[in-house]
Amino acid sequence: MARFIHSFVFFLALAWAIPGLAAPAQAQAADDDLRAAINQLAQGGFSQTAKQIQALAATGDDRVVPALQALLAGKLYFKKAGKQVFIIEQASGGYALTDPLTGESAGTLARGAVKKIRVNNRLRRELKAALGSLTLLSKVASVRMKAAEAVFKSQDPDSLEALDAALAKETDDGVKKAMQEARAAVLLKTDAPEADKLAALAAMEARGDRDALSIVIATAAQAEGALKAKAEKTATSIRQTLELWGAAQNVWYGLSLGSVLLLAAIGLAITFGVMGVINMAHGEMVMIGAYVTFMVQEVIRTSMPGLFDYSLLIAVPLAFLVAGAVGIAVERCIIRFLYGRPLETLLATWGLSLALQQTVRTIFGPTNREVGAPEFMSGAFEIGHLTITYNRLWIIVFSLVVLFSLMAVLKKTPLGLQMRAVTQNRRMAGAMGIRTNWVDAVTFGLGSGIAGIAGVALSQIDNVSPNLGQTYIIDSFMVVVFGGVGNLWGTLVGAMTLGVANKFLEPYAGAVLGKVLVLVFIILFIQKRPRGLFALKGRAIES
Amino acid sequence: MKTYFRGAVAAIAVTAAVMTSNVVQAADTIKVGILHSLSGTMAISETTLKDVMLMLIEEQNKKGGVLGKKLEPVVVDPASNWPLFAEKARELIEVKKVDVVFGCWTSVSRKSVLPVFEELNSILFYPVQYEGEESQKNVFYTGAAPNQQAIPAVDYLAEAEGVKRWVLAGTDYVYPRTTNKILETYLKEQLGVAADDIMINYTPFGHSDWQTIVADIKKFGSAGKKTAVVSTINGDANVPFYKELANQGIKAEDIPVVAFSVGEEELAGLDTGPLVGHLAAWNYFMSADTPENADFIKKWKTFIKNDKRVTNDPMEAHYIGFNMWVKAAEIAGTTEADAVIDAITGVTVPNLTGGYSAMMPNHHITKPVLIGEIQANGQFETVSETPGLVPGDAWSDFLPGSKDLISDWRKPLSCGNFNVKTGKCSGKGS
Repeated sequence: MARFIHSFVFFLALAWAIPGLAAPAQAQAADDDLRAAINQLAQGGFSQTAKQIQALAATGDDRVVPALQALLAGKLYFKKAGKQVFIIEQASGGYALTDPLTGESAGTLARGAVKKIRVNNRLRRELKAALGSLTLLSKVASVRMKAAEAVFKSQDPDSLEALDAALAKETDDGVKKAMQEARAAVLLKTDAPEADKLAALAAMEARGDRDALSIVIATAAQAEGALKAKAEKTATSIRQTLELWGAAQNVWYGLSLGSVLLLAAIGLAITFGVMGVINMAHGEMVMIGAYVTFMVQEVIRTSMPGLFDYSLLIAVPLAFLVAGAVGIAVERCIIRFLYGRPLETLLATWGLSLALQQTVRTIFGPTNREVGAPEFMSGAFEIGHLTITYNRLWIIVFSLVVLFSLMAVLKKTPLGLQMRAVTQNRRMAGAMGIRTNWVDAVTFGLGSGIAGIAGVALSQIDNVSPNLGQTYIIDSFMVVVFGGVGNLWGTLVGAMTLGVANKFLEPYAGAVLGKVLVLVFIILFIQKRPRGLFALKGRAIES
Repeated sequence: MKTYFRGAVAAIAVTAAVMTSNVVQAADTIKVGILHSLSGTMAISETTLKDVMLMLIEEQNKKGGVLGKKLEPVVVDPASNWPLFAEKARELIEVKKVDVVFGCWTSVSRKSVLPVFEELNSILFYPVQYEGEESQKNVFYTGAAPNQQAIPAVDYLAEAEGVKRWVLAGTDYVYPRTTNKILETYLKEQLGVAADDIMINYTPFGHSDWQTIVADIKKFGSAGKKTAVVSTINGDANVPFYKELANQGIKAEDIPVVAFSVGEEELAGLDTGPLVGHLAAWNYFMSADTPENADFIKKWKTFIKNDKRVTNDPMEAHYIGFNMWVKAAEIAGTTEADAVIDAITGVTVPNLTGGYSAMMPNHHITKPVLIGEIQANGQFETVSETPGLVPGDAWSDFLPGSKDLISDWRKPLSCGNFNVKTGKCSGKGS
């Protein structure tokens, strides 16, 4: 949203600058006509407004751009008395009015005195097309780029002239390419000569993405003879390339799902894998982490909005501490009395998970809480025809960082050494002077704290609600059991394998059956290798 | 364990509440049962409905109650546990002696309590849009039937957006499956859509990884024809779905999504900036510009003591249902079930969108159908409204076996599934 407003303000400022630079005398005379045309936007229903937008676009006069942009952003209002149209900004005690043509301030009005001009999807399409053809000659390359993309999408035959004029002047290579593609797309919609259309098809093949495919298929459906044959051939060739990219995309989706599973399971790999506690309340630790993120963002929103982009970084240590503290409390108060009694542990932690859920529900309410995405985690970029979203990319990176830090803690620190000693041989460790009770509590706290960290990341892709944890508990157990109890490498490989397998099954079997198949696969696998992928060797197993 | 634990907590809470209120108010009250989950997965939606019922009852008591008696709410918590719904319904009617029950959200919970209401002859008001194919003497359906939501939405997309290719995406349970079956027949028979141009996709409850499905929708949409998604995805799964749509850059102008389970409450946990233009079909939007609605919103915000809380369609359904019950009880002069059931057919009360809704002989109500687009502030803006009220159709005309059925609970027919071909009150399949 922030980005959208930002680019809108930028657009607006820019659009006002252009007419100022090139305002010939005769244009001033036409001011009244333009104003009348803009005022017409407030008349009648959606289809009349649509016609009026087309009429404004047909003037080719870029002074109408601010009005159209305001309409697109839902900021174009009209006075109930006289139906005069203005651009509106929220101001104290009402709305600040701006003249849509000159950009001059026109005072303020109370809320009730003005009414918004409504837009729907169809009008938004019209507006984007109109703005596209009107801003092709803008001074800023990024605006021209956007304009070319808009024309490509709308394929409005009327914008052909504007495109040709813009192409003649264009100096930026990237923009030029986008304009040529837009021109090709438009040409395929018109009754241009066949030779031109064949060239246009070649341009579409070079572009080769889904939008191009869509245009080529539409062309094939309408064309005849050689053109139809060529269009069909082009469509097949684009499809084949996309098919290959589709496989790459599946791998990416699989890794991304795997990283989510990994995050959810790492904490459990400690509490269940290392300590052997069947902790059904693990998911609730994840949920607590997500709610900590929500709290951090709430505080930042109200007191220091500037820090919003860092909210997740602040939330990570806090979530670790809060979930870790809850974990230690749980271990001290409940679990330590139940060591060696797995069935009772299971029931007690399950009850605990229900209690934690209801506590959170009572404090925060049953509805979802909004956790925003910081700037660096929103949006996507493309490699070839592969769309990679930033939030998924960061979650993969984050899950690996968490995993390797945990490994380092276990391998390189005295605490890690004590933990391993206690889990391998409790009595011997005790005899060596290790406070085994204390190590138990800290280990459980560490596992819970890591679950809390996972909650910070998962708040970005899932609902922050009291039910958050339930979604992940089964998957987490699956990953840990499949990967091999007590082995972090096993957890990594297990999570990624399950993720990729799931994503390759999903397109063929559907999401429901895909999940069932993965579960069946794990059951069969466990029959063959009861200790999972990476079984621990040694004496610890026997005990 | 789960049932026992939650049940015990709920029972203690309820007993405490009932005991205190019994002491204060003498025996001469009319008891109204509220059967909505306050814990478990459905609490997210149902808690609000419990609160709105408490508000409506409080308002009615300020006006002097019903038939000169005060109303007394009896709240129980079925804890999102379907068999527990039946137990709690029985407890409300037999032990607490309530005269009417407002409750249930999911179809499976409604199916679970149906036999109880039939056996003990009580009244249930069910406030949520559902798949139809049901009409029961003791149940009043104040939510939308498929012809009051799904079909007008599809009509709007076909006409206003020129959609030629359809994705029917839903959660894997009875409501989406039935609705999609109706829609598939409707698209093929009434709009002449080819089988190739319909993609049907089901996902498990609480599905959170939408990457593949959104990519599939994108792929399906690149066939040179205008494409739209009709979503019957339930509750919580919507948030990650919309987030993924925004992430992959699918804008409403390219592939609009029309949802039947996404209301103001679901959007409250979401940044709606990237979703502007996606659609929802309901019979009520919080943005409805009527004095009744403004009044309702004001009362709701005061009652719940939170200025940010929103109102939604099932809340309006309870508003309508409650007022209908009050009016019917006054006409009948009693709150006894049979008398109220006879009196309520034809009762008309104002709804919140500026019209009047009437209870029909098939126990469904008449409602306007609104199509709204999501706005950046989390509200919907109505872009299309049916010119008149649409009567709810219990038996869809687009399912084999249900076409010939009608429902009329007036005497002498008194039948929920009368087959007009065989002339018998027999039900489906003949």
